[in-house]
Amino acid sequence: MALTAGFFYLFATLSVASAVMVIMARNPVHAVLFLILAFFNAAGLFILLSAEFLAMLLIIVYVGAVAVLFLFVVMMLDVDFAELKAGFIKNAPIGLIVGGIVLAELVLLFVGRGFGVGVTQQLGAPIAALGKEASNTQQLGLVLYTKYVFFFEVAGLVLLVAMIGAIVLTLQHKANVRRQSIAAQVARTPATGMEIVKVPPGGAVIPVAAKSAPDEVRS
Amino acid sequence: MTIGLGHYLTVAACLFTLGMLGIFLNRKNVIVILMSIELMLLAVNINLVAFSYYLGDLVGQVFALFNLTVAAAEAAIGLAIVVVYFRNRGSIAVEDINMMKG
Repeated sequence: MALTAGFFYLFATLSVASAVMVIMARNPVHAVLFLILAFFNAAGLFILLSAEFLAMLLIIVYVGAVAVLFLFVVMMLDVDFAELKAGFIKNAPIGLIVGGIVLAELVLLFVGRGFGVGVTQQLGAPIAALGKEASNTQQLGLVLYTKYVFFFEVAGLVLLVAMIGAIVLTLQHKANVRRQSIAAQVARTPATGMEIVKVPPGGAVIPVAAKSAPDEVRS
Repeated sequence: MTIGLGHYLTVAACLFTLGMLGIFLNRKNVIVILMSIELMLLAVNINLVAFSYYLGDLVGQVFALFNLTVAAAEAAIGLAIVVVYFRNRGSIAVEDINMMKG
């Protein structure tokens, strides 16, 4: 039990400290790296809460995809970040006041209320005793693919829309690049695609296109 | 010393408040604002998983999973918008984003 408490305080302290560094760091690359550290420590907290699947998902999805995406964008955009930092001190007092009020309210609510854990009658999907029947991943799958399958598919749709949206937003057509036009290729017929030329013996072949109007040959 | 639900909720409250403070402090930098939003969503996820554990109900984890999905989609779209905006205007300062103001 003491070990669990020690790990909890380690992960909690590190995640809060790295969150502070995310919003205070001068260099945005450092901010992204501290964000990754915060995600790792949150994954540790998830493991303490015996949500192993979500912990691994947090590391894979957030650290592997989202944080690296942030890193790419920060490094790709050539922005003068020192100039963006200018209003930092000016906005600090109101931010500190509002943040302090919200934090005080939340902590007073959480600690003062002492949420009861006695509502076991109305559980949606009760967790089986850990390690006896099934692992966390297996339990989550059993619920996710049966009871919440519709929401699962909607989540897939959300990801599809995000993917198409990101591609459509960032794709740029250059004007002087010749691209393959599949419609024009499919619309070709033998009549438009080739021409039969009678070659007189010993004479030169004069292309039809040179003699007649071009729209007769290629409709 | 046992770790209860209140401990986890306090950590999540701290993270959420830090995310909000980050939006206030970095009013000009869109990328840091997006990172602050990620921090707030992470705090919400910690809340959901903590309640899931202490109530013995798996639905909290399922909801946290969908939350992760939406957060990833939001980050992808937001960063794509930032890239397009930078390409058009050469800046990502928030106060320059006023073309649609009536």
